[in-house]
Amino acid sequence: MQLFKYLRGASLTLLVAALLSGCDAVVMSPSGDVAVQQRDLLVWATVLMLLVIVPVIVLTFWFAWHYRETNTEANYKPDWTHSTVLELVIWSVPLMIIIALGAMTWVSTHKLDPYRPLDRIDAQTPVPVGLEPLTVEVVALDWKWLFIYPEQGIATVNELAAPVNHPIRFKITASTMMNSFFIPAMAGQIYAMAGMETKLHGVINEPGVYKGFSANYSGAGYSQMKFDFHGLSEEDFASWVEEVKASDGNLSRDEYLQLAEPSIDDPVSYYGQVDPTLYYGIFNRCVEPGQVCMEDMMYHGGMDKHAGHHGDAKAEHADHQDHAGHQSHGGHHE
Amino acid sequence: MFENLDLTKLIFGRLTWDAIPFHDPIILGTFAVVALGGIALLAALTRYKLWGYLWNEWFTTIDHKKIGIMYIILGLVMLLRGFADAIMMRLHQAMAFGDATGYLPPHHYDQIFTAHGVIMIFFVAMPLVTGIMNYLIPLQIGTRDVAFPFLNNFSFWMTTGGAVLMMVSLFIGEFAKTGWLAYPPLSGILQSPGVGVDYYIWALQIAGVGTLLSGVNLLVTIVKMRAPGMSLMKMPVFTWTSLCTNILIVAAFPVLTAVLAMLSMDRYLDTAFFTNDLGGNAMMYVNLIWIWGHPEVYILILPVFGIFSEIVATYSRKPLFGYTSMVYATVVITVLSYLVWLHHFFTMGSGASVNSFFGITTMIISIPTGAKIFNWLFTMFRGRIKFDVPMLWTMGFMVTFVIGGMTGVLLAVPPVDFVLHNSLFLIAHFHNVIIGGVLFGLFAGITYWFPKATGYKLDEFWGKMSFWFWLIGFYFAFMPLYVLGLMGVTRRVSHFEDQSLQIWFQIAAFGAVLIAVGIAAFIIQLVVSFMRRESLKDETGDPWDGRTLEWSTSSPPPPYNFAFTPRVHELDAWWQMKQHGFQRPESGFIPIHMPKGTWAGIVLSGISVVIGFALIWHMWLLAGVSFVALIGTAIYHTFNYDRDYYIPAEEVERIEAERTRVLANV
Ligand code: HEM
Ligand SMILES: [Cu+2]
Repeated sequence: MQLFKYLRGASLTLLVAALLSGCDAVVMSPSGDVAVQQRDLLVWATVLMLLVIVPVIVLTFWFAWHYRETNTEANYKPDWTHSTVLELVIWSVPLMIIIALGAMTWVSTHKLDPYRPLDRIDAQTPVPVGLEPLTVEVVALDWKWLFIYPEQGIATVNELAAPVNHPIRFKITASTMMNSFFIPAMAGQIYAMAGMETKLHGVINEPGVYKGFSANYSGAGYSQMKFDFHGLSEEDFASWVEEVKASDGNLSRDEYLQLAEPSIDDPVSYYGQVDPTLYYGIFNRCVEPGQVCMEDMMYHGGMDKHAGHHGDAKAEHADHQDHAGHQSHGGHHE
Repeated sequence: MFENLDLTKLIFGRLTWDAIPFHDPIILGTFAVVALGGIALLAALTRYKLWGYLWNEWFTTIDHKKIGIMYIILGLVMLLRGFADAIMMRLHQAMAFGDATGYLPPHHYDQIFTAHGVIMIFFVAMPLVTGIMNYLIPLQIGTRDVAFPFLNNFSFWMTTGGAVLMMVSLFIGEFAKTGWLAYPPLSGILQSPGVGVDYYIWALQIAGVGTLLSGVNLLVTIVKMRAPGMSLMKMPVFTWTSLCTNILIVAAFPVLTAVLAMLSMDRYLDTAFFTNDLGGNAMMYVNLIWIWGHPEVYILILPVFGIFSEIVATYSRKPLFGYTSMVYATVVITVLSYLVWLHHFFTMGSGASVNSFFGITTMIISIPTGAKIFNWLFTMFRGRIKFDVPMLWTMGFMVTFVIGGMTGVLLAVPPVDFVLHNSLFLIAHFHNVIIGGVLFGLFAGITYWFPKATGYKLDEFWGKMSFWFWLIGFYFAFMPLYVLGLMGVTRRVSHFEDQSLQIWFQIAAFGAVLIAVGIAAFIIQLVVSFMRRESLKDETGDPWDGRTLEWSTSSPPPPYNFAFTPRVHELDAWWQMKQHGFQRPESGFIPIHMPKGTWAGIVLSGISVVIGFALIWHMWLLAGVSFVALIGTAIYHTFNYDRDYYIPAEEVERIEAERTRVLANV
């Protein structure tokens, strides 16, 4: 038994060390509070499971060695097929582990629900009273990312910036293909789907340039569907906004339709102005003149009562409640 | 020439010379090799006048043993194709960094990973599993054939038909560029207007008919045809796991058929089930396909659990530890496998409670699975373990599979999945369970039952070579992917910027080369064993001192399996018979009623392939004509009353006397 303890301890330390040492392993050493918590969960769940996995592997080798045919010393019981005590142990050990892991899962899944607004900036700091999250509307196009900052009235392609230690609320949709919006250093991913809106809340705690990309294969230009995410100080962010504002790009609906044409490996571009109804149009699939918006096509009266179908605008007001997240289908209704 | 003639369109649809990839040296080269190999094979068959033999003894056979062997050959041949795709991806990804673009353009790379996934799941793992079930179930339950012998032949040929269509797509047109589950909107007509997705749909639909019918067939066989005395709790474990697998097949495959039918309606008839506009909903497709897809992985793994159970008991020279809990564990897994599908898309934005529910149900499955692992462990405990090749595969499995299981449970924790979903960590996880579980189990099973099917054992040395190269190759090929996943690298990527990742891909490519050696060793093993078949001969029919009824017959068993239906009194029936000094009956034989071979299966499947091809290329005329031909042939076949014959008692007596003589000499 002493041997097991030793082996278990050694392999655990080794594993954790190996995982954490690679600084490249962004999932293991992220820079945003949400991703940090996800990393911790990953490590703890692994440790919990190793409690049973390591003994199983050790026992496999041990039994294989000890009961090998040539070892005639070993006890051979050709009719021994049942032991109630052992069977109880066999079923209850995995059961205990799963009860622990299940509890962890339930709590953490609710706590780290991407739809849930953040209540802390990092492990020590709660979100200061009155600090509103920065809203970014994300559109996955074929094959590039469009970011609209409704409060700043600007938009960018393939570049995202946000102030550090400032909660960000992403509202995510897509033009055609299903993609997945993912900045591993900041927080987990969530799908971007046409005619639907998903949400993600995150925060970045250290200044720097991070990788963002699509994590869901979407066809020809998928491998190049990447962007840089800049974590900036509040001042730097303000000047970045000014810089974008100063550019003469104007993201009108016409301009958007051109942008939305499939293209691969697009350069970063800035739009100093953006049609304030554009995101609504994309999400409701009515950017082109003459298209009927999905909201108007479907009768949503009374739908609000149904769990899970939050209209978007409603959800926005309700953002501070911990509402059950769900993809909302097209429609802003009050 | 005739572009403007409607007749051309009617006959050739959208098929033109452009569809033949003359411009692509890789495909053209492959084609040349396949064509030359094919011609050589056909020539050899003609030269040695083997056509009649093949047609009469194999293609038209309704003997479950021969059909089982044909399934296994199909699976092994397709493994070569699926692995060729894999190694192409591995080499490409090891090169495609920075300015180097690798040797595959994206549109080709995207077809390769799709084809690899589809082939490995539908045309490698499924035929191998079905083949072993087909071969063994009737022998293990002491019966002469499956419940519906003709259907069995038809099922095999439909599966093969799907594989043929899959291969045709390599040389005429293209395959899907959508990933192996063809999610819309990407697989919709607007985003994928070409023939690739149609090849995908029709290959799977045709093969799906075979799978479903074979599921029904084996299910009825196990339920209705067990030897007298074999109550459910006296069935061999492999038969138990096969029973559960076939229940899953019968319940799950219609869902796949339906969802693919809806996708094809969207593509052919402009319906809007899964479109972005007009109220379609792609999330529905994703849900439905995984309602099939998750049970599918248990369809593959359960029979393999059965194989390991048989092998562990045999080579530990002990009955399986905890038979009853093994059976209950299998049943629990069967039921739970329907309650977990959402774990494949936690990132779609369901609420936290929904995600937790599916995360926790997934984890619960690991309880019975863990119990199984312990049962195997305690079967070895206080045994006398012989490390023959099947047992080596089993050991490799036990160590590898628990690692894959652990990473699987990690992915079942939704917030963890948010950072690992669609990453190479996921790819590593499922290859870890599919190779370390399903494939290792199939190789173990093939080695274990090979002497039963052929009358001679497989060569030990090459078997061990194959095992070690596969095992070590697997760790080299897939452990780097876990690391890459933790570095935030996603799957299905054909080009990378970050040079620091390259070393990991190179290690993975090296691993794939080791696996290639393992595959080569396996083939060499088959050849060497065939050449040395005299010295490897097994005349006892029971080379490993087995426990279940299949070992009571000769190797290979006679067409009728059992001259007298065995009577079962206890679990491990053959072991008990041996313990009680069982004497083979040597007289009193009666004529045996047997079904006759028929051409109908292969012909119906051939016509189905033509229909599929015509629908893919929009050759409406051909589609119509061949559809009528299909119905006509099926009706014509119902008028065939010449379906059975008797093996005369003298013949049975002669075969059995011969066996008595052989046994006396061992
Ligand atoms: C024998 C060695 C094998 C190697 C080296 C290998 C390699 C690969 C590679 C490189 C990928 C693509 C990963 C990516 O998207 O970046 C892949 C995907 C996949 N493999 Fe394998 N594989 C092997 C065996 C198998 C087997 C036996 C199965 C199943 C029975 C299988 C099923 C799949 C599936 C379903 C995919 C996903 C395809 C998709 O993305 O749509 N593979 N494999
Ligand atoms: Cu699953």
